[in-house]
Amino acid sequence: MMAGELNDLYQDIILDHSKNPRNSGYLEGATHSARENNPLCGDRVSVYLTVQNAEITDLTFEARGCAISVASASMMGQMMKGKSVAEAQNLFKQFIALINGSDVAEGVELKDLQSLSGVKQFPTRVKCATLSWHALQHALESGGIESKTS
Amino acid sequence: MTSKNTDPFPIKQIRSDFPILSEKIYGKPLVYLDNGASTQKPIQVIKAISGVYENKYANVHRGVHYLSQVATDEMEAAREKVRGFINARSEREVIFVRGATEGINLVASSWGKANLTAGDEIILSQMEHHSNIVPWQLIANATGAIIKVIPIDDSGELEMDVFRSLLSEKTKMVAITHVSNALGTIVPLKQMIKESHDTGALVLVDGCQAAPHLQVDVQKLDADFYVFSGHKIYGPSGIGILYGKETLLEAMPPYQGGGDMIDTVSFSGSTWADLPFKFEAGTPNIADAIGMGNAIDYISTLGLPAIIEYENALLSYATEKLQAINSLKIVGNATEKAAIISFVMGDIHPHDIGTILDRQGVAVRTGHHCAQPVMERYDVPATARASFALYNTFEEIDSLAVSLAKVQEIFG
Ligand SMILES: Cc1ncc(COP(=O)(O)O)c(C=O)c1O
Repeated sequence: MMAGELNDLYQDIILDHSKNPRNSGYLEGATHSARENNPLCGDRVSVYLTVQNAEITDLTFEARGCAISVASASMMGQMMKGKSVAEAQNLFKQFIALINGSDVAEGVELKDLQSLSGVKQFPTRVKCATLSWHALQHALESGGIESKTS
Repeated sequence: MTSKNTDPFPIKQIRSDFPILSEKIYGKPLVYLDNGASTQKPIQVIKAISGVYENKYANVHRGVHYLSQVATDEMEAAREKVRGFINARSEREVIFVRGATEGINLVASSWGKANLTAGDEIILSQMEHHSNIVPWQLIANATGAIIKVIPIDDSGELEMDVFRSLLSEKTKMVAITHVSNALGTIVPLKQMIKESHDTGALVLVDGCQAAPHLQVDVQKLDADFYVFSGHKIYGPSGIGILYGKETLLEAMPPYQGGGDMIDTVSFSGSTWADLPFKFEAGTPNIADAIGMGNAIDYISTLGLPAIIEYENALLSYATEKLQAINSLKIVGNATEKAAIISFVMGDIHPHDIGTILDRQGVAVRTGHHCAQPVMERYDVPATARASFALYNTFEEIDSLAVSLAKVQEIFG
């Protein structure tokens, strides 16, 4: 039978997001964007944001990757829309903590993203789960739409 | 290797020679199908290497003392085994390097600097490993030489018509793999070398994936350079071979300078040691060179013809088993193939396949296999790859198929 840890990793909600990613595609009029690669496997993800008055009003992504990286990008997009840049940066920290098996700060609601906690049992897949998040972080930091060339 | 087994291929005995094969992975028996990346080591090789350090070790070519002579003799005996393994004319043509990658860099740099000028052409193929692409790009950038690429057809074979149309008097070097690590394709090397020579070009062969699976005869092939790595032929990592025709090696400048590669050194100029030492600057990887010799002994004892026959049977069985899986598509269906199968499964990303197989104890490679142009050619980001070795079994292929069924179960 299927190992328990595999069930933790490939939960229905993750499979659903990977097969039907939300907010997938290019974002016309984005104010910020960045691209990240995983040179190990050739996966890549681009994240596009519209930021107005320090609030993320829209977010889309284009991903070529495994179920984990696509699901993570999809859930991230859902989570981030309507958040302030400061909230987004805190969520980034909390999500990285979740994936690494560290403690998530009290009172932070990760919702669907919680389902990705199974990744911590698969160290070779941590990079997959965090790829789009690093792209988001770079997009926010770079403050522009120059793509990170790679 | 004595075996009372009536099985023509002593697989039981072989498996007991490889200690790692009895490891459990997540509580399941290890099914190691990542041999294209690196093979496991038999106890004979492991013991030989520790034996060097236990009672045969000193620096080589340097001491008058006893152990230095022993270590030197052992290392030179290993060189002789390599010579025999690829049927080089002379030990002077067998250079110990770190691996195939270093061998290619050595030729690209040393031969390239001395022989390439602006407008000269280097022909590569679309199925090359990055290590047979990037060194040529570096030397092309430095000299103004131009790189031309032989495309791959749908089945995974080189487009020979295009190869012929690329060959011209401008072609100075053709650098091609003998067997594709991403597709398994065996390249029609003899023919390609002949045609290259007819137009005056030299040929470097990347033999990484051929050395464990085929009988390599550099004289029959008439290869000018041939490289391969110890770790893919059941030997240690950190050691590999550059074969080069003596006249070519003689004419090439040294790649690195240092001890062991000189004849005399003075500030008014130095002179180089004879081959092969001219290209072996510094203290070499002594123990692993010797261990590589033992790996060759291991292969020779079994005999390549028997290994080839066994691996071909594994390949046919695995091909049949995998083809029977719905949604699974084999990438690379050349008529002549070594025991390597790359595949994709519908929209399921190879990473997910790899993780699910891993938890069943089945180790495969997933990714671009350091052959991104191949992935582009087939318009896939990555593939999963099962690559077989002389210790794999038909039961392990069954386990692979069962594990792949789990992948389908999870992804529905
Ligand atoms: C076809 C081919 N060429 C070259 C290499 C590079 O070999 P190494 O990393 O041992 O230098 C490999 C190994 O991955 C290979 O499969």
